Amino acid sequence: MNPVTPAIEPRLEATRNACKLCTPLGACLVFRGIRGAMPFLHGSQGCATYIRRYVISHFREPMDIASSNFSEGTAVFGGGENLTRGLDNVIRQYHPELIGIATTCLSETIGEDVPGMLRAYATARAGSPDLPALVHVSTASYRGTHMHGFHDAVRATVAALACQGATLPRQINLLPGLVSPADLRHLREIVAAFGLQAVVLPDYADTLDGPAWDDYQALPDGGTSCSEIATMGQSLATVQFGRALALTAESAADRLQATCAVPACKLGLPIGLRETDALFDCLARLSRQAPPEPFVKERGRLVDAYVDGHKYLAGKRAVLYGEEDLVVGLAAFLTETGIVPVLAASGGKSGVLRQTLTEAAPETASKTQVVDDADFVQIEAAAKALQPDLVIGHSKGAKLARALDIPLVRAGFPIHDRFGGQRLHHLGYRGTQELYDRIVNALLEKTQTESDIGYSYM
Amino acid sequence: MKNQEAPQGEALREKVLAGYPAKLAKKRAPQLVVNHTHADGQVPPVKANVRTTPGIITQRGCCYAGCKGVVLGPTRDIVNLVHGPIGCSFYAWLTRRNQTRPPTAQDENFMTYCFSTDMQDENIVFGGEKKLRAAVQEAYDLFHPKAIGIFSTCPVGLIGDDVHAVAKEMKEKLGINIFGFSCEGYKGVSQSAGHHIANNQLFKHVIGLDDQAPEGKFKITMLGEYNIGGDAFVLEELLARCGFTLVATLSGNSTINQFERAHTADLNVVMCHRSINYVADMIEKKYGVPWFKVNFIGAKSTAKSLRKMAAFFDDAELAARVEQVIAEELAKVEAVAARIKPRCTGKTAMLFVGGSRAHHYQDLFAEIGMKTIAAGYEFAHRDDYEGRRVLSSITVDADSRNIEELEVEKDPKRYRKILSDEKRQKLASVNFEFNDYQGMMPQMDDETLVIDDINEQDTQRLLELCKPDIFCAGIKEKYSVQKHGIPCKQLHSYDYGGPYAGFQGAINFYQEIDRLINTRIWSFIEPPWEVAASPTLEATYERG
Repeated sequence: MNPVTPAIEPRLEATRNACKLCTPLGACLVFRGIRGAMPFLHGSQGCATYIRRYVISHFREPMDIASSNFSEGTAVFGGGENLTRGLDNVIRQYHPELIGIATTCLSETIGEDVPGMLRAYATARAGSPDLPALVHVSTASYRGTHMHGFHDAVRATVAALACQGATLPRQINLLPGLVSPADLRHLREIVAAFGLQAVVLPDYADTLDGPAWDDYQALPDGGTSCSEIATMGQSLATVQFGRALALTAESAADRLQATCAVPACKLGLPIGLRETDALFDCLARLSRQAPPEPFVKERGRLVDAYVDGHKYLAGKRAVLYGEEDLVVGLAAFLTETGIVPVLAASGGKSGVLRQTLTEAAPETASKTQVVDDADFVQIEAAAKALQPDLVIGHSKGAKLARALDIPLVRAGFPIHDRFGGQRLHHLGYRGTQELYDRIVNALLEKTQTESDIGYSYM
Repeated sequence: MKNQEAPQGEALREKVLAGYPAKLAKKRAPQLVVNHTHADGQVPPVKANVRTTPGIITQRGCCYAGCKGVVLGPTRDIVNLVHGPIGCSFYAWLTRRNQTRPPTAQDENFMTYCFSTDMQDENIVFGGEKKLRAAVQEAYDLFHPKAIGIFSTCPVGLIGDDVHAVAKEMKEKLGINIFGFSCEGYKGVSQSAGHHIANNQLFKHVIGLDDQAPEGKFKITMLGEYNIGGDAFVLEELLARCGFTLVATLSGNSTINQFERAHTADLNVVMCHRSINYVADMIEKKYGVPWFKVNFIGAKSTAKSLRKMAAFFDDAELAARVEQVIAEELAKVEAVAARIKPRCTGKTAMLFVGGSRAHHYQDLFAEIGMKTIAAGYEFAHRDDYEGRRVLSSITVDADSRNIEELEVEKDPKRYRKILSDEKRQKLASVNFEFNDYQGMMPQMDDETLVIDDINEQDTQRLLELCKPDIFCAGIKEKYSVQKHGIPCKQLHSYDYGGPYAGFQGAINFYQEIDRLINTRIWSFIEPPWEVAASPTLEATYERG
C-alpha cells in the first residue's frame, strides 16, 4: 500500500506546539562551551531563568546565566546602568575570562546599543586585570530560532577573539553546531587520531556533562579557552557541520575565511556512512594521513550492522523533525539503511531544507514530504496521513508518537523525558552505530510487545 | 562528611555575607536574618520582595511565568494564548507537569497545548494586534472553548499592543469569555507580580459569573493549591471523605466554571498565602465569604486544618467524620514515620523555595525528626516571613506600585453575611483566627538563618559552611547542590514525584527523604586511589 502524499495543513497565524526554541538559548549554550565564560542576558531576568531550567532539564548539570534584570523603569529609560552593574557584579563574583552577552526581546525591542555600551564599559575599565573578554550577540527571539542564536554566537565569538598569524599546520577549527557532549568528546577523539589539534567551538563536553566536584566550581571546568579561540585565525582549516547553515548564513567559518584566510570545509552533520566518510576524507586530506585503523574498523562494523539489520528496517517509514541540519543528517543516514524518511519537518525556515535534503539523501528525497516553519500540529497531521513506522527527534515528539502509536527514537535537544540525553551519540561511525542499534531495537520492541505469543527470538 | 564545626546564627550570617564585595554586602545584609521570636511573637524584619541586583544569579523567574505558568497553568479548559515571540510560550509548555483529571475523555483539556502568536520582526515593527486577533479567531474555530486567556510577554507592552482591547473586541464578536493579562516579564520583581495580575483578572472577569452553587453541605473553596504532583487529587479525595463540598480550587485541577462559582462557597481556605491571600480578602469583601489559612503539608498540619474547618461549620456529624478520617489516616502515617524517623532523626534540612513551600515543608521534616537550619523564599513578601501583623508597615516600592490593586466593593446582590458577628466573636474567644497568617519565622527555631531571594553564590557558601543533609529548592539548583554530594529535593516540581499533600502525601514524602539522605551513592564519589593510606595501594607497594 502506498499512502498518498498529504497536503500540508496551512500554517495558521498562531504557532501551535512549537518545533523551535528561542535565540538566546542557543547563544547561552555556546558561551557555556568557552572556558571560564559566563553567559549573560541583557534584559529580563525571567529569560535567564527559563533558559537555565530548560538547558538543565536536558543536561542535568548546573547552568548559570546572569542577567541585567530590567525593571519596568529600565524598559522605559534604557538598560545601560543595569548592564554596567550586572557586568561588575559578575566580574567580582565569578572572575570570568569571558562574558558572553546576548540580548533578550526586551532590550532588542527598545533598541539598546549594546555594542556601544560594551565599548564604553571596556574603555572605562581599560587596564584592569579583571576585565574579561566581552562578546556580544544580538538575539531577539522574534528573529529566527535557537539555532540562529547558536551560530550567531559562534560567529560573534570568533569575530571578537580570533586573530591572524602564522599558520599552525596541525591545528584545525571544528564548528560542530548543537551536538551532544558525548558527540563532542567523540569528535575530539577522531581529530586527535589524525594527529591534528582541534579548536572546538563551542565545547561544552565537560561543562555540561562533568563529574562530581571536589571543590566548588564557580565556573565549571572545561571548554575552549579564549587563548585557543584567538588562534583560530591561524588554523589550517575550519571544518563546519551543517548543510543548511552552509547555504544560509554568514557563519564563523565564512568569517575566518574572509578575515584570516582560513579555508572553510563545510560538511553535513556526520551521521551515517556517507556524511561521516566526508568528514574522514576531509581530515585525511588536512592531516595527509589515512584514516586510523580503529575508525576504519568502526566503519566496517557499521556496514556489517546495516546488512544484519536490513531485514528489520528496509521499507520502514520515518518521521523526522527538529533543527534543519539535524533533520538533513538523519535523512542522509536513514536513506542508507533502507528506511524512507517520509516527513522531514523543522521549525526553522531557512528555505533550503528541500535542497539540502535532496543533496544529502538523493535516493529518497522525492518520497520525502518537507515542511519548514512547522509546528507540531502540522507535523502530527501530516504524519498521520503518511502511516509512518517510527519517529526520530527530541522529547517534544512524544505526544505525536503516542498519537500514532509508534516508537519515538530520541535524538537531539531537548531530551527531558528520558535519562542521559547529554550522553547520546549521534555522530561518526560509532555514533551512527549507536543510533542505528536504538532504531532497530525500538522497532523490535514494538513487534515483541504487540506479539500475542511472546517470542524471545526476534 | 557532616560538618560538626558548622557556624550558626550571626557567625554563619556574617560568613555568608563575607562572600560579597562591601557595597553589595551592605545592600544584601537586610535580606539575611538570624531568626529570633520574641515573647509577643514578633520576629526581626526581613527585606523581601525587592529587585534582585543585576548580575546576581537568582532563583526567580518573571511576571509572565507566575501568571501563565503558575496560576493559569493548572486550569484545563481555558485556551491559553501567549502573545509574544516563541520562547516564552515554549518554556511554559507543561514544564510544571500540571496535572488534571477531566471527568471523561470527551471533556476539554488544553493543558498539553502550547499556543503562541510567535511574533516576528514585522509584528514588533508594525504591531501585533492583527496577528493576535487572528490567533484568537483560530483558537475559537479550532476548539470552541468556553474561554481564552491572552498573556503578554515583554515586547507587547513596549510596542503598545492593547491585549485588553483585542480581548474585549473578540469577546463581543465570539460570545465567549476572553480576557487578557498584562503580565510582561519585566513587571514586578519576581513571579509574585504575575500571580497578582493573574488573580486580579480572574477576580474581575471570571469569579462571580455563575451563582449556581454545587449541591452538598459544608461548601468550601481552596485557594492557592496548584496540584503539583497530584496534591489536589489527594486533597479532593480527603475533603470529600470528611464530608466537605469543594466548590472550586484556585487553581489545581480546575475548570473555568469552578472559578465562576467560587463565590458560592461558605468558607475559603488558603494554602499558599503568598500567591492568593489578596483574592481571599477581595472575595470576602465583595461576597462575604470568610477565610483562614490552612496547611495540608504535613500529617499534623493536615489534621489541624481539617479540625479547624470542622469547627467553623460547627456540626457534630461533620466533626465526628473528620475525627474518624484523621484517626484512620494518622494510624497509617505513624506506622511509616516510626520506621523512618530513627533513620532521619537529627539530620538537617535547608529549604529555599517558593512563597509558602519553604514554610510548609518544615512540618514534614519535623515529623521525621529533622531540623530545618536555614530557609527562605524565592518570591515571598515580608508578611510571609513575619506574619500579617507587619502588613501595614510594608513599604511599597516602584516595582510593587506597578501591580494593580483592585478597588473592591460589596456586591449588592451576591453579598452574603455568612458568619454572624456573634459566631465570629464566639470563635475568636477560643483563639480561632480568621484572615491571619503567622508567617514562617515564628515557627522556626531561634538562631536559624532566614535568607530572602537566595542566589547561586549564597547557596554555595551555605552548603560549604553547613553541609546540610538535604537541600530543597528547584531544578536550577538541584545539580549544583548534588555536585557537592548533598541530595537536593525539588519542591517546585517534586522531581516529578509526589503527591506530598495530606496524609498519603506525608507517607510519600517521608519515604522519599529517607531514600535521598540514606543513599549509599555518596560513599562512592572518591576512588580508592585518592583515599589517603589506601590499604589496596599499600599492599601493592609491599608486594612490589
